[in-house]
Amino acid sequence: MSLLSRVAERIYWSARYLERAETTARLARVYGNLLLDLPRRTGLNWDVLVQITGVSDVYRELHPNPGVDAAERFFVADRNNPSSVRSSLQFARESIRTTRDIVPSEAWRSINELCMDVSQELDAATSHRRRYGIHSLIVEGCQQLSGLLADTMSHDAAYQFFRIGRNIERADMTTRIIDVAVATMLGREDLARFDNTLWMAVLQSLSAYQMYRQKVRRRIAAPDVINFLLKNDQFPRAMAFSLRELAASLASLPRNAEPLKKQGNLRRTLAVLDVTRLTNAALHQWIDEAQLQLGELHSLIQATWFQPTASAFGRGQAQAASQTSSQTQTSSNPTA
Amino acid sequence: MAIDWSEYRPGEFFDELFSAPGEARPAARALADYLASLGTRGLAERQRDAERAIAEMGITFTVYTEGQNIDRAWPFDVIPRTIEANEWARIEAGLIQRLTALNCFIDDLYHERRIIADGIVPDDIIATSSNFLPACVGANPPFGVWANICGTDLVRDRDGTVYVLEDNLRVPSGVSYMLENRIVTKQVFPEMFEHASILPVDDYASQLFDMLASLSPRKVDLPRVVVLTPGIYNSAYFEHSYLAQRMGVDLVEGSDLVVADDECVYVRTIRGLERVDVIYRRINDTSLDPECFDKDSVLGVPGIMRAWRAQNVAIANAPGAGVADDKVVYAYVPRIIEYYLGEKAILPNVPTLLLRDDETRAKVLAELENWVVKPANESGGYGMLIGPRSSEEERARMAESIEANPRNYIAQPVLALSTAPTLVQGEVEPRHLDLRPFILQGQRIWVTPGGLTRVALRRGSLVVNSSQGGGSKDTWIVAADS
Repeated sequence: MSLLSRVAERIYWSARYLERAETTARLARVYGNLLLDLPRRTGLNWDVLVQITGVSDVYRELHPNPGVDAAERFFVADRNNPSSVRSSLQFARESIRTTRDIVPSEAWRSINELCMDVSQELDAATSHRRRYGIHSLIVEGCQQLSGLLADTMSHDAAYQFFRIGRNIERADMTTRIIDVAVATMLGREDLARFDNTLWMAVLQSLSAYQMYRQKVRRRIAAPDVINFLLKNDQFPRAMAFSLRELAASLASLPRNAEPLKKQGNLRRTLAVLDVTRLTNAALHQWIDEAQLQLGELHSLIQATWFQPTASAFGRGQAQAASQTSSQTQTSSNPTA
Repeated sequence: MAIDWSEYRPGEFFDELFSAPGEARPAARALADYLASLGTRGLAERQRDAERAIAEMGITFTVYTEGQNIDRAWPFDVIPRTIEANEWARIEAGLIQRLTALNCFIDDLYHERRIIADGIVPDDIIATSSNFLPACVGANPPFGVWANICGTDLVRDRDGTVYVLEDNLRVPSGVSYMLENRIVTKQVFPEMFEHASILPVDDYASQLFDMLASLSPRKVDLPRVVVLTPGIYNSAYFEHSYLAQRMGVDLVEGSDLVVADDECVYVRTIRGLERVDVIYRRINDTSLDPECFDKDSVLGVPGIMRAWRAQNVAIANAPGAGVADDKVVYAYVPRIIEYYLGEKAILPNVPTLLLRDDETRAKVLAELENWVVKPANESGGYGMLIGPRSSEEERARMAESIEANPRNYIAQPVLALSTAPTLVQGEVEPRHLDLRPFILQGQRIWVTPGGLTRVALRRGSLVVNSSQGGGSKDTWIVAADS
């Protein structure tokens, strides 16, 4: 008996939200450190991170005159920000709660505990030191959950949707992080001497610093870092690796022609990319394009597996009916 | 400190475990000795173990009034309730007799209506029942059985007589808690299960699956059975997901299902549409099909009634089964049993007055404080009045409601519900309880050994519903030889 479309969709989203929560927490952890390293006059602040997650509009509306910590709180703890760490975790929890009959029961227990702990800590934490601790708590909690699913769930179709969600989100977040670094440096000659510090922070936010050093035995330079994070096919948070994982999962599912084709296109675009020949502006454009394509891949996945219509039987109500369940979730998805 | 059972005083009530101070009933003797040896402190420890297990297993139920925080841990009392196996055999026979007759009754109502023609049940009671669905007239569910899953509430009065309080034939809930209560109790009292012969309850899910599969319109090896839930905000969502998981079937929402032009029901999967044979629905009749009933319902499936009438899909319980779950119809059940089976009812009804009768109504309204008044079509303890515990204002409001719609109310004497020892803040005290066994009828009929014992945790309270602050206990059917 085949996996229900709704269940596949919820599992896919639970993975995306978990990945988003983890990466967002990683960014917060590293960015907080980076700001401590840079002189105040550089004018860098948390607003950049708000931009990266595509929720600037919501932010400006809620905080017309933001205070010192407003952006950081908005980015991590704000329930009104659909992309905050707290919201992402909450969405992941709801998705897992409503697939409790499919995912291992330990997974539900684990996400439930994580949400309770994080919520409590976020409400209590005001000092910088304490906040750093929370970010680590979240990253570790998400990793524990991924490991638990990998080890206790049959690697059947349901699990493949989890893997697809995770890797799409990962590819998306990695490109966003690169983009923000590029955008920060764009037209800011005064920041040139912090170049090294900034790219090191980017690597650290993806836990990539150590692997990068092993692979690239030169001093840190922007093109090398970008090249590594986009094109390395052995490092799990690099875009090329995520796309390869995606390909394997897509290949194991029925009726996969369209999404597979799209995924192939993306990989080819990536293969021919030569970072050293691109200006920052051109790179920014390339990333925009890649994100659009990831969004299209998402739409194809949705159309193929989450909304099979009854059209084969001459009835069109399928689509209308299944939209209610996905709308609230897609509205907070930056790539959709 | 060891428990001294001679200090335990249920007072004027029938106690399930003790026949007199210090005098355990035969089925409870081993348990009473064991609990005494644990002492209150040991018992409190086991209670904490049980509560921890419940939190960890994520056994929850939902309360509507609690806003955002909708999930609550299931309240559980660690001291089991015992019933002697011979007594249980008689209750079981009574439950089988009752459901068999009720299913004959429902099938008759939607076909020849012989029982009305013969003057046993008045026509207007059916005509005014909101649970009688004209859309079901002439339908033929498998084996002529409409109520496949029934949860019957039993109570025991002062003199020890077991009465049927109500038949839940629509979407009875609670069975998952019965199963989880046993799992928890086995964890905290493993010693008892090694020595006593307590009937096991854990094959409910496979009995349920077999019964549901027997309803399949397609005679295939593996019919596709699904559990249809209204979704996460329903108070019994935990149970829906639990039963689906235990049976190894899909938990679906209305939007997962579609009725195609061939009048068959399909479920949306990642491979496309796949045929569904049996739907164990946990949504109300009127939400089932917006084509047929509540047009605004988003919980149901448009066209599902057509598929069901064409016998392309089985729905359990069948739409319209609730007509026998009306508290006015309840009053006629002993006569219904006699009419269809030619037997006297084994389990008596609680004496019930129908307030549609002018004289009766006047009598009850004159002394509301002495009666329990219930609306005919509610469940979960909502909207009922317990006379002796009510305020003057509550009685005035109830009197108004009765006058406005007399057909919709019944009155029953206040029963002195039986008690059992319950751990309350570290002390063992008597608390009132009831019992909800579950009966499955498809091709065969089967009763859970025991059922869900619900206990009113507040001193003196008679309301056992979990939605109204009740808790639950494990229920042991104990064989006589132990």
